[in-house]
Amino acid sequence: MTEGLTKAAARNIFYGGSLFFFLLFTALTAHSHWYMVTKSTDSEGLTESVELGKHVWEENMCINCHSIMGEGAYFAPELANVWERYGGHDNPEGARMALAGWMRAQPTGAPGRRQMPYFDLSDEEMDALIDFLEWTDSIDDQNWPPHPAG
Amino acid sequence: MKYETQKVALPFFAVAMALFALQIVFGLLAATVYVAPNFMAELMPFNIMRVSHTNLLIVWLLIGFMGCTYYLMPEEAEQEIHSPGLAYVQLAIFAFAGAAALVGYQFGIHEGREFLEQPFWVKVLITISYLIFLFNTSMTLLKGRKTAINLVLMLGLWLAAVFWLFAFYNPSNLAVDKLYWWWVVHLWVEGVWELIMASLLGYLLIKMSGVDREVIEKWLYVIVGLSLFSGLLGTGHHYYWIGAPSYWQPIGSIFSTLEVIPFFAMVVFAFYMFWKGSRNHPNKAAMLWALGCPTIAFFGAGVWGFMHTLSFINYYTHGTQLTAAHGHLAFYGAYVMLILGVMTYAMPQIRRSQPYNQVLNMWGFWIMTSAMCFMTFTLTFAGVVQTHLQRVLGMNYMQVQSQLDLFYIMRLGTGVAVTLAAIMLIYSFFGPVREQVPASSRPLAATE
Repeated sequence: MTEGLTKAAARNIFYGGSLFFFLLFTALTAHSHWYMVTKSTDSEGLTESVELGKHVWEENMCINCHSIMGEGAYFAPELANVWERYGGHDNPEGARMALAGWMRAQPTGAPGRRQMPYFDLSDEEMDALIDFLEWTDSIDDQNWPPHPAG
Repeated sequence: MKYETQKVALPFFAVAMALFALQIVFGLLAATVYVAPNFMAELMPFNIMRVSHTNLLIVWLLIGFMGCTYYLMPEEAEQEIHSPGLAYVQLAIFAFAGAAALVGYQFGIHEGREFLEQPFWVKVLITISYLIFLFNTSMTLLKGRKTAINLVLMLGLWLAAVFWLFAFYNPSNLAVDKLYWWWVVHLWVEGVWELIMASLLGYLLIKMSGVDREVIEKWLYVIVGLSLFSGLLGTGHHYYWIGAPSYWQPIGSIFSTLEVIPFFAMVVFAFYMFWKGSRNHPNKAAMLWALGCPTIAFFGAGVWGFMHTLSFINYYTHGTQLTAAHGHLAFYGAYVMLILGVMTYAMPQIRRSQPYNQVLNMWGFWIMTSAMCFMTFTLTFAGVVQTHLQRVLGMNYMQVQSQLDLFYIMRLGTGVAVTLAAIMLIYSFFGPVREQVPASSRPLAATE
């Protein structure tokens, strides 16, 4: 706010600076996109089933109770690492059965406990959803979250 | 009100307030579920309440911005609105799309990405309505006087439309999906919406403080410059843990810390202008909002954002109740208070009800603002406890949540207070106009 700064100068700095930072941000985003597709995510493992699983995830709006990679509602557990939490790294078949069994058993109806609704998923959809969660667990996300608890 | 077409703003404000009231209702329902988990569990699951709560906020803020723009533009451009008819059509489309989305959510019709849940055809309708709005206001601007206020405002509104287009892109790779999802979500609220905020504040300050336009407009350019210089790369604080490269940790930490500066500048801006200004504007309530908005935005968006923005802290706090605390106060301070402030300034003029009945409005200001602050404090404490138990000690999520009941009960209490304040405010905007009668004439009336 020094006397030396005129309105025209302030305006030019705003337009020029914003353009500079926008271009820089765009370049870094493009690099991040490339990095995600080639390094941090399993592009080859992104099967049709994983894709369908993401669709099932969206169709049932899981995001407005759960979080995934820390984003979403904070009303129900984090699910980006649910595969790890259910022991999927050591025993994939067991984790798959446990996850499907848990979802099929909802709602628990337990008084005083948050209720997850029953979602009417076909076997194919359930498999796809779990494939999606397994695929998400494999993303190299700088070792977040700090604990398997999510 | 110097220009007849400024009254176009009125139905926008009315629709915005109706949706605001609904937003609070869904917020209350969701807060009740936190306290009594079985509440409405079969009738309306939590995700439906939450999507309704957040979407109503976004829709009413956008309609509010439109109302503010229609009110401001004729005065700034010294030109009547290009087409009032088009404005009403555009509002009808937007309101219909919003209502259709809301009703659809109750039946599970949505696209299922957070905040962008609107079905495709609703997104298209929103886009059409918004483009008509941009056309209508831009035409007014092109024909009239160009000031820093209306240029920065229109730039913010246009850029919001540009970044909105990323809402239509949904790649199957979740990490890439998140990368561009933030191009809408972050670049709106921590980027171009700040242009809208700063220019509307600047407008209120010119009108109410009487400070020279040149001074205010120079400040405006400096502030919006600081917003975008920090806010664009500040997006990096959302890229820490989604599979993006690790360089976002230093970049995001540094630039999102700098995001506090424009908010602080807005506080200084508002207080300095009122201190410096010679005009003693009679609308004290509007003055209160014009000072309160940057102040609470500084704490909610600035301080509460900074609290968990550094990557080595965010590693532990990401996606806890701390995020919810920050989100509530940031949106309230920066955008809710902004629109309520412009309405407090504009409504008496639109209704030609000077001098103003301001006491109720000011009560509304204090009750709502203190309740929102207290809500933020309760969620902050909940977030700190959650971070320690879950992220440091590694305790199970549901066990941790059962430790937070007290905070959730208090949060519900603050929600009730916000509801009361909202009723007071809406009544002060739209309720009967009190006539000011000279004191000496009263006894006469009583004896008749």
